[in-house]
Amino acid sequence: MSDVALAAPSDAATAIATRGVVRDFTAGQQTIRVLHGIDLDIRAGELTYLVGESGSGKTTLISIMCGILWPTEGEVRLFGTDIYKLSDNELVDFRLRNVGFIFQQYNLIPAIDAASNAAVPLIAQGVGRGEARARAIELLAALNIADQADKLPSQLSGGQQQRVAIARALVHQPRLIVCDEPTAALDARSGRRVMDLLREVALADDRSVIIVTHDNRIFDLADRILVLEDGRVTHDGRDMPKDH
Amino acid sequence: MVWIAIRMLTGDATKFYGLLFGIAFSTLLITQQLTIFVNLIERGASGVYNVPSADVWVMDPVSRTTDVNLPMPSTALDRVRSVPGVEWAVPHLRAAASVRTKEGDLEGVSVIGVDDATLIGLPRRMTSGSTNVLERPDAVVIDDVGTTRFFPEGYDPVGERLELNDQRAVIMGVADAVPSFTSQVTLYTRYSRALNFVPGTRNRLSFVLVGAAPNIDAKILATRITEATGLRARTRDEFARDGIDFIIENTGIPLNFGITVMLGFLVGVAIVGLTFSLFIRDNIKQFGALKAIGVNNAKIRRMVAAQAAMVGSIGYGLGVLGTVAFIWSFSSNPTFKGFYIPWQVPLISLAAVTLILTLTGWIALRNVLKTEPAAVFR
Ligand SMILES: Nc1ncnc2c1ncn2[C@@H]1O[C@H](COP(=O)(O)OP(=O)(O)OP(=O)(O)O)[C@@H](O)[C@H]1O
Ligand SMILES: [Mg+2]
Repeated sequence: MSDVALAAPSDAATAIATRGVVRDFTAGQQTIRVLHGIDLDIRAGELTYLVGESGSGKTTLISIMCGILWPTEGEVRLFGTDIYKLSDNELVDFRLRNVGFIFQQYNLIPAIDAASNAAVPLIAQGVGRGEARARAIELLAALNIADQADKLPSQLSGGQQQRVAIARALVHQPRLIVCDEPTAALDARSGRRVMDLLREVALADDRSVIIVTHDNRIFDLADRILVLEDGRVTHDGRDMPKDH
Repeated sequence: MVWIAIRMLTGDATKFYGLLFGIAFSTLLITQQLTIFVNLIERGASGVYNVPSADVWVMDPVSRTTDVNLPMPSTALDRVRSVPGVEWAVPHLRAAASVRTKEGDLEGVSVIGVDDATLIGLPRRMTSGSTNVLERPDAVVIDDVGTTRFFPEGYDPVGERLELNDQRAVIMGVADAVPSFTSQVTLYTRYSRALNFVPGTRNRLSFVLVGAAPNIDAKILATRITEATGLRARTRDEFARDGIDFIIENTGIPLNFGITVMLGFLVGVAIVGLTFSLFIRDNIKQFGALKAIGVNNAKIRRMVAAQAAMVGSIGYGLGVLGTVAFIWSFSSNPTFKGFYIPWQVPLISLAAVTLILTLTGWIALRNVLKTEPAAVFR
């Protein structure tokens, strides 16, 4: 299985390649097509924004790109691996090694402290608790909350919890980081700070970061902005289109 | 991941204690009720247990237990004695009588007539007095639990007079005996005296107790006695079993205890199932996040199994300890005299606990396994 995961990508700089990705949802009798054939190449070393109106399919697309939602049609290559051709367990393992998640509600485990929460991906990989925590604490330090390492999530502020969630997404050095609406709950300044932070600690030459956001206050921080309208990419560039 | 699972569980104190309580309560109810059940029905064999030296019990073919017997003509004794392989054979009388106490109350008692010469039939140990007290003509020995029915607690009855079927009897000793199923008072006396105490029909020999010669198997000897005399002969173990079976077949006890044990099980399923499901539901987002991050279903299963095992082992331990404490604290109560926990009982409750947790854990787990990892972005 590891030879599948490590297969050389066709284009070394391409992190994600989607070809003809279609996704239908069936609600009761009727089937709705949410994504209408998405062809995208996301490069490594870039911070990509995925924007669009509510219901345009952003969450659906990012879920398919990171390997947690099967497309109805089409293929997704992550660092050269055709991920939906993997078996279920291989795909889970692929995510564990290659994808870092930042969830909107953080979804930290309330009963374990910040360092252990940040260490979860390493622990799931089988790294010993002590070493996993040590590596997590290094990241917490980079995020300026090393002094909160022993606190439970309930003892942390919202912003601190988010930093723990960011640390958890980065601790195992995945090659793809995905975030859905990371700043939605934050005020403008905090939102900017989180984005700055992500640029600083998450972005690297061999890693790409995709962020779903509504937040037009921070559009200037992206390397690339993709606009989704009714399940189609209608804009692709460094800046937002004028009419947005 | 297992320690994370354990932390998740213990971190939610209310549910954790709820789960422990459910398991401990079920274990306690099942273990305790089964223990009482086994000990109670074993008292159906108390008459046999009290005479451990008898290898074979010989009786009229229609007799069924120590208390349900039809007396035989006294000639049966000699017929049994003449069977080869019989080392010794002694007469044994068991009959109902009534006693008028000093207060004037009338109480039903069982009178046991033991062999005059050897005193076989009398429990070996005495808590007060010695076995040779029976040499006095009107002497009787009372069983220790029976004492508590006639006299206040802690009272030494030695020297007390009784009116036994209108005959004078004096209590000269107290026997350390396994109480009968009904905990009726038992009075031991010599066989010849018992014939006087219990007037009645021509036939009054309830049993012939037999000791087998060395190197003859009790079972073979019993068959031989039946063939030679036409009487029913049962080995000690068989006859004990007969007494227990009689209780099982003729009382509502198995049904009653069965219902309680079933209730214990159901209460366990209800409390544990509900709490476990609530716990999983509260943590479903965390489990979903773990699944998205890359924890596969096998590991999730192991996490929930670890949680179940933790709750199970602690709860079960508490339940068994509770039973031990219960038996121990009632050990001085005559009703519970000699109660012990048969080794099979904790195993049965362990199986019940395992079943409860497997069932409820499986139901709770289904929700986690069903959760789409994509749900974390919703
Ligand atoms: N599991 C599902 N079952 C049925 N329909 C779904 C499901 N998930 C999404 N949809 C539908 O697909 C469409 C796109 O949903 P999606 O969540 O991708 O939108 P979005 O762009 O992320 O919106 P928002 O900005 O509000 O988060 C919506 O019409 C939604 O109702
Ligand atoms: Mg969305």
